[in-house]
Amino acid sequence: MTINNTWSIDSIKELLSTISDPEIPAISIVELGIVRDVLLTGELVEVVITPTYSGCPAMKMIEDDIRRVLKEAGITSVAVTTIFSPAWTTDWLSEAAKSKMKQYGIAPPAHVAVPHLLQINFPKIICPQCNSTETTIQSEFGSTACKAYYFCRSCRQAFEYFKPF
Amino acid sequence: MEKTVNTPIIEYLLRLADDRLILGHRLSEWCGHAPILEEDIALANIALDCIGQANYLYGAAAQEEGKGRTADAIVYFREALEYKNLLLVEQPNGDFARTIVRQFLYDSFGVLLFDRLQHSTFHPLSGIAEKAVKELRYHFRHSSQWMLRLGDGTAESHMRSQKALDELWKFTDEMFLADPLEDELVKKGVGIASHSLMEEWTGTVHGIVAAATLTIPQKSAFIHTGGRSGRHTEHLGHLLSEMQIVARSFPDIQW
Repeated sequence: MTINNTWSIDSIKELLSTISDPEIPAISIVELGIVRDVLLTGELVEVVITPTYSGCPAMKMIEDDIRRVLKEAGITSVAVTTIFSPAWTTDWLSEAAKSKMKQYGIAPPAHVAVPHLLQINFPKIICPQCNSTETTIQSEFGSTACKAYYFCRSCRQAFEYFKPF
Repeated sequence: MEKTVNTPIIEYLLRLADDRLILGHRLSEWCGHAPILEEDIALANIALDCIGQANYLYGAAAQEEGKGRTADAIVYFREALEYKNLLLVEQPNGDFARTIVRQFLYDSFGVLLFDRLQHSTFHPLSGIAEKAVKELRYHFRHSSQWMLRLGDGTAESHMRSQKALDELWKFTDEMFLADPLEDELVKKGVGIASHSLMEEWTGTVHGIVAAATLTIPQKSAFIHTGGRSGRHTEHLGHLLSEMQIVARSFPDIQW
């Protein structure tokens, strides 16, 4: 199914892949798993998104970017729907996305989302700069809710860790 | 003015939302004032999670109400008597130890509550809970780690955290009170019987308090309650006047 015989679901997803996450410009909102679905009904394009964290302040900007990018491509009949379930999880990140994250300087999630409700121990995180394991947590929360703040005792640089979620 | 009578589901959603909102608001008061930069950021991020969850819960309540109200209308134009949060979350921040103790006492409960609420038969709520529990896990990790650092820290941090525990302990009973509205919603599979969480909560809290070299206070002779029926401590009124002043001064303003 296409809009104006021009746009298909796949081509629209490709367009949305040009939208970077506002906080991690190396990764697109599609790679991050924020875009869950694209639905075509007649002339209407419905983009279904899901928030990462409940209070993520970037969601409004992401919605605005979606509308802007689609408008620039000539698609003006747009609906952006937010769903909560299934809950966004770092398990949805591809290895390619994680590798881009690391190159950008953010340590990617080291394991699957934490299964134990009351676990309070920290895992050993690898420094994205020098690959040392001599790292120590500085704070559970970094510049955004999704990242923790770490320090590498080996190369003596601070870095952020994208928390398993 | 006619008082709104809420359906049980709306009332229940408001309790959950108000808990998160008032706690989030308290945490936001630390923005720019925290003892170290990392905690200024941490508390602000935790506040964002709380307020984000509250926003979804108010949205679900407004949807259920079906009058086209928004979360803003529900939050900014209600009096203290209509707020249904626990007394614990409206208590003032005090020093950092007091904020952490308050957070820890709530988080250890919240993480259990929202874990169970993932199975609610009311689907907006189960979806919100699925997200909230993941965030609450990190909140709990943050507050429990700080309990250990403060309790088993210096003589000063130990004294301040014990004092906070002694003063806030009396508000913990309210989290586990049985209540007819809850019972009704439990029968429908919508809500969770909070009293069923008490044993697990007690085990977790006792364990961390002991590891922090702190002492569990004596059980209060008088159970402080009333939050769920809108009977609050004097603190909520002050909090709401600060929170609502702009919206109430310019009620028709569009942001």
